[in-house]
Formats: sequence, C-alpha cells, structure tokens
Amino acid sequence: MKRTMIDFWVGLFIALGIVALLFLALKVSSQSSLPASSSYTVTANFENIGGLKVRAPVKSAGVVVGRVAGISLDPQRYVASVTMKLDDRYRFSRDTSAEILTSGLLGEQYIGLEPGADDKMLKDGDRITITSSAIVLEQLISRFLFSKAEEGGTAHTEK
Amino acid sequence: MTNPVSRALQRLGAPVTNTLIKLGFACRFLWSVLKASPFALHRFSLTMREIWFAGVLSVLIIVVSGLFVGMVLALQGYETLVRFGASSSLGVLVALSLVRELGPVIGALLFASRAGSAITAEIGLMKATEQLSAMEMMAVNPIARVVAPKFWGGVISMPLLAALFSAMGIFGGYLVGVQLLGLDAGSFWSQMQSAVDFRLDVINGVIKSVCFGIAVSLIAVFEGYDAPPTAEGVSGATTRTVVTSALVILGLDVLLTAFMFRGI
Repeated sequence: MKRTMIDFWVGLFIALGIVALLFLALKVSSQSSLPASSSYTVTANFENIGGLKVRAPVKSAGVVVGRVAGISLDPQRYVASVTMKLDDRYRFSRDTSAEILTSGLLGEQYIGLEPGADDKMLKDGDRITITSSAIVLEQLISRFLFSKAEEGGTAHTEK
Repeated sequence: MTNPVSRALQRLGAPVTNTLIKLGFACRFLWSVLKASPFALHRFSLTMREIWFAGVLSVLIIVVSGLFVGMVLALQGYETLVRFGASSSLGVLVALSLVRELGPVIGALLFASRAGSAITAEIGLMKATEQLSAMEMMAVNPIARVVAPKFWGGVISMPLLAALFSAMGIFGGYLVGVQLLGLDAGSFWSQMQSAVDFRLDVINGVIKSVCFGIAVSLIAVFEGYDAPPTAEGVSGATTRTVVTSALVILGLDVLLTAFMFRGI
C-alpha cells in the first residue's frame, strides 16, 4: 500500500472518530453540572429527604437553577441537611421555601424552590428555613390503609 | 521421600516462578517500549502505518457490530421498559449502557481479536524468521523500529474505535426505537441528552477505552516479542493475546467502574 493511500485512510479514520466523539458530546450528552465559579451555596434542613440523591436538580418554576451538592445528617437534631449549589444568575429572596418533589409518579426526586416576598436575597452560605419533606409513598399508603381499617372497624361495631 | 503435599507444592512452584519472571520481563519490556517511543513518534509515518493496520482495518467490524449491539439493546430494552410505561426512556438506556460500558468493553474485545492477534502474529513471525535479530545486527533497535510504532498505533486507535462503536450503537438504537418500534424521536433524543452527562459518562468512557487500548496493545506486542520462535510458539502466543486481553479488559473494567461510578 502506498504512503498517500495510508495517509488518506488514516485521515478518514481519525476524522470519523472525531465525528463520533462530537456526536457523543453534542447530540447524546449535555453538560449538566454547573461551573463551580458561577454558583453560590445554600443549605436547607429536611425532616425526610426520601430518595433525593447528590446531583439531583434544583428547580424553580420547572427551570433547573442548580444541583444538590451534598447530603448529610445533622447529628444533633436528626434532620437531613442538604447543600445546594445554585446558579449565580438566579437570586432568591430569603423567605424562599424548599420542598422535595417527584417528577412523575415514580420519577427522580428534585428540590423545588418557591420564592417568597422578602426584599433581602439569599447569600452564599445562607440557610433556607421553610422546608417541606418528601412524600414517602409507603407512609402515604399505610396511612390510607389505617384510616380505611379504622372506618371499617367503626362501621362493624355500629352494627 | 516426598509426600503428595510437598510434591503438589513443587508442581505449583514452577508455574508461579515462570509467571513472575514473565511479569517482570513485561515490565522491563514496557519500559524499553516507552524509552523507544520518542523515536517512533518522531518518525510518525511508521506509527501512521500501524494506525492504518490496527485502526482503519478494524473500522468495518466495529461499525457493524456497534450497529447490531445497539439494535439488540433497543429491542430488548423496549420489551422491558414498555411494561412499566417507560418506553420513552429507551434512548437513555441504550446511550448510557453503550457510552459507559459496552462501547469501551466490546470495542476493546473486538480490537484485541481483530488487531491484537494480528500484531502478535506479525511480531512473532518476524522473530521466528530472525528479522528482529537481523535488525539488531544492522544496529537498528527492533523495539524502536517495529514494536513501539505498533504499540502507539493501537493506543491511538482504540479510543476512536470505541467512540465509533458507541455512536453507531446509538444510531442502531435510534433505527430500531424510532423507525421500527415507532417511539417519538423528540423524546428519544431529549431524554437521552438530559440523562447522559458529558463529563461523567462520555469522558469516563473515553478514559476507559484509553486504558484498554494501552493494555491490549502492550499485551499484543509483548506476546509477539516473547513468543517462542516456532510455528507452534507463534500460534500459542496469538491465542494467549486474545485470552489475556479479554481477561485484562474485563478485570480492568470492574476496577475502573468501581472508581468512576461508585456512590453517585
């Protein structure tokens, strides 16, 4: 095989490989993690975080504004302490409330932020005080079953 | 006077010592390949020919098997996902399994059997026909002239082949999922894009394929260089290349996956 032919085929091969990589980079994947420089950190305590994971999205009005950076248990009060990195472009008032929501019935869990009316904005390192926990499906079902059983029990004794 | 236990121990001794000697020689060999690498990369036309030999000639098998693997993944994944009403996540399933695991691993396994065995056979035959000794007689370092270009040719080709495999697999998944099974193309691509992270998934897959490329190329050139200079020896070395490469790829994959995807 002549050298120019080898050059041609190797060039085509490298070009194909780079096109494949570009396809994987642009069409298949996205850069979901925010750059560290343009974000600020806030924390929030939850009674129960359900199935929330690190890197889960933080959304406000359905728009992704940040990511969960860390989850730990507060050993004094036994509540979950969730650290979030929020995009610098989005500022929230200090009385913003955070709740853990589920996308769809069985989808991934995320944190929803509901802005309040305070003039002062959340700063780096602040804590969101108004929170509501994740809805745990098992607890919901057991509560429903217990209430049903109670109903059935009272109806039985009345007879 | 030897009892069976000590005889069994004695019989164990020789293979262990031989394996250790081989491993030590492999380390020394890797060092001399790396030392000769500046020469191989300086005369790039040598490496170019090896990229052609290892990479370009493997493109067809990689493309075709990538397409088929992606199609099978889509068919099987659809069968399971549709039971949970989650058939729109088919793209996520296909893309994640290809980019994270199947692209690098199956790509490397195919590369080892297509190119690795050929490299071993070529070097082994050069040794058997005393071409390597002839080069040494002419004061040409055979490691710099023959082995290092083959090594680097394999290392450069492998990530490109793995990326090609993943891309073709995703295209195959698209063909089956969207064209054959009638899923919505928009949700197929958009769900895939939101679930696959560039740094975590794609770059880690590329890192994996680079590691596999180094491992397979080293095993291939080493087995060829170490082969007994007989017809039987070369055939044994070719077999060993494929078997050892497969084991090393799968073992390394467990290790790398444990490092990359634990606790997320």
